[in-house]
Amino acid sequence: MNIFVCIKQVPATNKVQVDEKTGVLKRSGVAGKMNPYDLYALETALRLREKHGGTVTVGTMGPPQAQAIIREAYMMGADEGYVFSDRRLGGADVLATGYTLSQAIRSVGDFDLILCGKQTTDGDTAQVGPAIAEYLGIPHAAWVSRLEVRGDGVDAEQQLQDVVETVHMPFPCLVTVEQDIYMPRLPSLKKAREIGDKPVHVQGLESFLDQDESHYGLTGSATQVERIFPPQDDTEHEVWEDGNSAEKLKAVLKRWKFI
Amino acid sequence: MAKIAVLERKCTGCSLCVKNCPFSAIDMKDGRPELNAACKVCGICVKTCPEQAIVKLETRVESVDKSKWRDILVFAEVSAGRLHPVGLELIGKARELAEPLDFKVKAVLVGENLKPCAEELRHFGVSEIAVYDDPALSYFRADVYASCVEDYIRFARPSVVLVGATSLGRSLAPRLSTRFHTGLTADCTKLELRENSDLVQIRPAFGGNIMAQIVTENTRPQFATVRYKVMNPPVRSEKAEGNVLFRSLPKAVLESRTSCVSSTPLPPKKSISDAEILVVGGRGLQKEADLSMIRELAALLGGDWATTRPLVEKGWSTNDRQIGLSGRTVRPRLIITCGVSGAIQFTSCMNASDHIVAINTDRSAPIFSVAHIAIVDDLYRVVPELIRMLKEEQA
Ligand SMILES: Cc1cc2nc3c(=O)[nH]c(=O)nc-3n(C[C@H](O)[C@H](O)[C@H](O)COP(=O)(O)OP(=O)(O)OC[C@H]3O[C@@H](n4cnc5c(N)ncnc54)[C@H](O)[C@@H]3O)c2cc1C
Ligand SMILES: Nc1ncnc2c1ncn2[C@@H]1O[C@H](COP(=O)(O)O)[C@@H](O)[C@H]1O
Repeated sequence: MNIFVCIKQVPATNKVQVDEKTGVLKRSGVAGKMNPYDLYALETALRLREKHGGTVTVGTMGPPQAQAIIREAYMMGADEGYVFSDRRLGGADVLATGYTLSQAIRSVGDFDLILCGKQTTDGDTAQVGPAIAEYLGIPHAAWVSRLEVRGDGVDAEQQLQDVVETVHMPFPCLVTVEQDIYMPRLPSLKKAREIGDKPVHVQGLESFLDQDESHYGLTGSATQVERIFPPQDDTEHEVWEDGNSAEKLKAVLKRWKFI
Repeated sequence: MAKIAVLERKCTGCSLCVKNCPFSAIDMKDGRPELNAACKVCGICVKTCPEQAIVKLETRVESVDKSKWRDILVFAEVSAGRLHPVGLELIGKARELAEPLDFKVKAVLVGENLKPCAEELRHFGVSEIAVYDDPALSYFRADVYASCVEDYIRFARPSVVLVGATSLGRSLAPRLSTRFHTGLTADCTKLELRENSDLVQIRPAFGGNIMAQIVTENTRPQFATVRYKVMNPPVRSEKAEGNVLFRSLPKAVLESRTSCVSSTPLPPKKSISDAEILVVGGRGLQKEADLSMIRELAALLGGDWATTRPLVEKGWSTNDRQIGLSGRTVRPRLIITCGVSGAIQFTSCMNASDHIVAINTDRSAPIFSVAHIAIVDDLYRVVPELIRMLKEEQA
C-alpha cells in the first residue's frame, strides 16, 4: 500500500506578519514547525505501513525552508519527501492549494491512500483535504478517528452531528484524521543518523501535468483578503472591586431573572 | 469550467467509460476514449475509471456576470431526521442580507424522508425549498451530497451559498466550491452583502489573534461556512409559505464508491452549545475536586458547566465541555467564568453571550474586556458564598 501524507509548515508562533498590500502572510523570517494536526496523519500512515507494508511519502507545498518538516518526517520514518516550491504557487487560497496539491500528488506517482491532518493552525480551514479529493476525483472521509484496511480499501469512522458513521472506500481515497486516532511518535535520533543527509525532492510547476500558471498561487485563487485587523472590543462593563461580590451578583441575577 | 482529459500513460483502452457515460459523450478512437461536445463534465467517468486514467482539469472563466447570479441559498443540514439549528440561524442571517438587494432566500435539503423537515422550513420565510429525498442519500457521502446541491445551484444560480460549519458541512462545502471553481471562506463570524452582491466575509485567523476580511470578487457562487451559535435564529412564523420543490437525479449520479458499513445514532447528547446558562471553570481552580463547586453552581442556576482547554489537557474535563477555538462555540443567555484569563482562543467563542460575568483576581485579565460584569475577587470566596445564598433561598 502506497500512502501520501500532506503536511504543512506553520509558523511556530501565532504572532505573524501580514503583507499590507496583498494580505498575504510574510513567511520568511518566522520560525516554522510541522502543523501539529499533520503529525497524526503521518503517524497513521506509519502504523498502516507497519501493519500492511508499502511506502509512506510526504509532501508539502511551501517555500524551500519547508524542507525542515520533511526532514522531521524522515526522522519519524517517512520513506520519501517532496517540497513543491515555486514562486508562482505563492498566496494560494483553498481552491488553489487543493488544485496544486492534486497536481503535485499526481506528478509524484500513484497512491492508494492520501492522508491529511484535520486542519492547519494557520490556514485553519479544514477544507484543503476534501478539495484535493474533489480535484483527484476520489472519495474522501473527514474527521476520521478510526481507520482500518479492509479488502480493496479502508473502513473509516467519522463522527457527524448525531451519528457515528463508518464508511468503506476503495482505493484510491483520501482521509483527514482527528487527533484522537493515534499518539504521534517523536522524531528519533537513531533515525536521524540512519538517514544522514537523505535528499528532499524539491519540484516546481514544471513537474505538473497542468502547466498553466494562472491556475496556481494568487492568480489561481478565488478569494482575496481585503484587510486584516485586530479584533475589537466594544462591550460596556461594570467593575466590582470592593468585595461583597456574591451578594451583589445574586441581586443582579435576580434582576436579570435567572433566579 | 472544467474539462475532462485522458491520461495516455494509464489508459488501457477498456472502454468502460463509454458505457458508463450517461450522456453518450465518449467515443473510442484508435483504441482511446475521446470526449465529444455532449460532455457535461459530470465526472462519472473520472469516478468510475478503474485505472484512474481520466482526470478533471480546470479551465478558468475570466470574469463572471454577477447579475446572472441572484439570491441566497442555505444548505439546511438534516441529522438523524432533524433539522440542525445552524441551518435556521443561517436562514435568519440570509434574510437580513437579502433584503436590501431584493434577493430571495432559498434552502436545500438532502437526505431521506425529508417531508417533515421541508414542511418545518416553510415557517422560516424562505421562498423555495429544494428537496433531494432518496434512499441512496440516507447516510452522508460528501461526493453524492455535493452532486445534489450542485444540481440545485446550477438550476437556481444563487449568488451566495451558506453552509453550517459542522463536521458534515465542512466536509461537503469544499467539494462543492471546488466544483464551481470558486471561493469558500471557513468559519465566518460576520457577513455583509455589498450592493454589487459581493459577500464581505470576516473570520478570525491565527487562533483569533487577527481578523481577516475576505471577498470572492470574480467568481460565483460565493461559499461561506458559519459555525453553530454565531448567527441569530429567526422567529418561527405561524404561516407556512415557500414552494417545496422535489428534485431527483439519475441513479448513476447518486452512486458513489463510498458505502456505509455502519451508522450508529448517538444518544442525543446535551451539548454545552445548547445550554442557556453556563458556569465555566478555568485554571484558577487549584484542584480537580474544586470543579464540584462549578458544577454545583451550574445546577443551582439550572444550567450546565464547561471549562477552558488547560483543564481538558489535565484530564479534569473532556473536549465536549471545552469552550474555544479547538472546542465549542457557545452563546448562552448567561455565562459566569471563574478563574479564566480570557485568551482570545477562548473569548472569541463565547463573547456573543447575552450576559457575561467574570470572576478573576487579576484586575488586568483580558476576560474583563468582554465581561459585562467584571468581578475582581477570589473565586474561592465568591462561588461558595453564592452557592450558600442560593441554597438558602431555595430552602
Ligand atoms: C491554536 C490554539 C487553540 C486554543 N484553543 C483553546 C480553546 O479552544 N479553549 C481554551 O480555553 N483555550 C484554548 N487555547 C489556550 C488559550 O490560549 C489559553 O491558554 C487558555 O484559554 C487559558 O485557560 P485559563 O484561562 O483557564 O488559564 P490561565 O490563562 O492560566 O488563567 C487562569 C486565570 O485564573 C485567575 N485566577 C487564579 N486564581 C484565582 C482565584 N482564586 N480566583 C479567581 N481567579 C483566579 C488568574 O488570574 C488567571 O487569569 C488555545 C491555544 C492555541 C494556541
Ligand atoms: N501547503 C500545504 N501543503 C501540504 N499539505 C497541506 C497544505 N495546506 C494544507 N494541507 C493539508 O490539508 C490539511 C487541512 O488544511 P487547512 O484546510 O489549511 O486547515 C492540513 O492538515 C494538511 O494535511
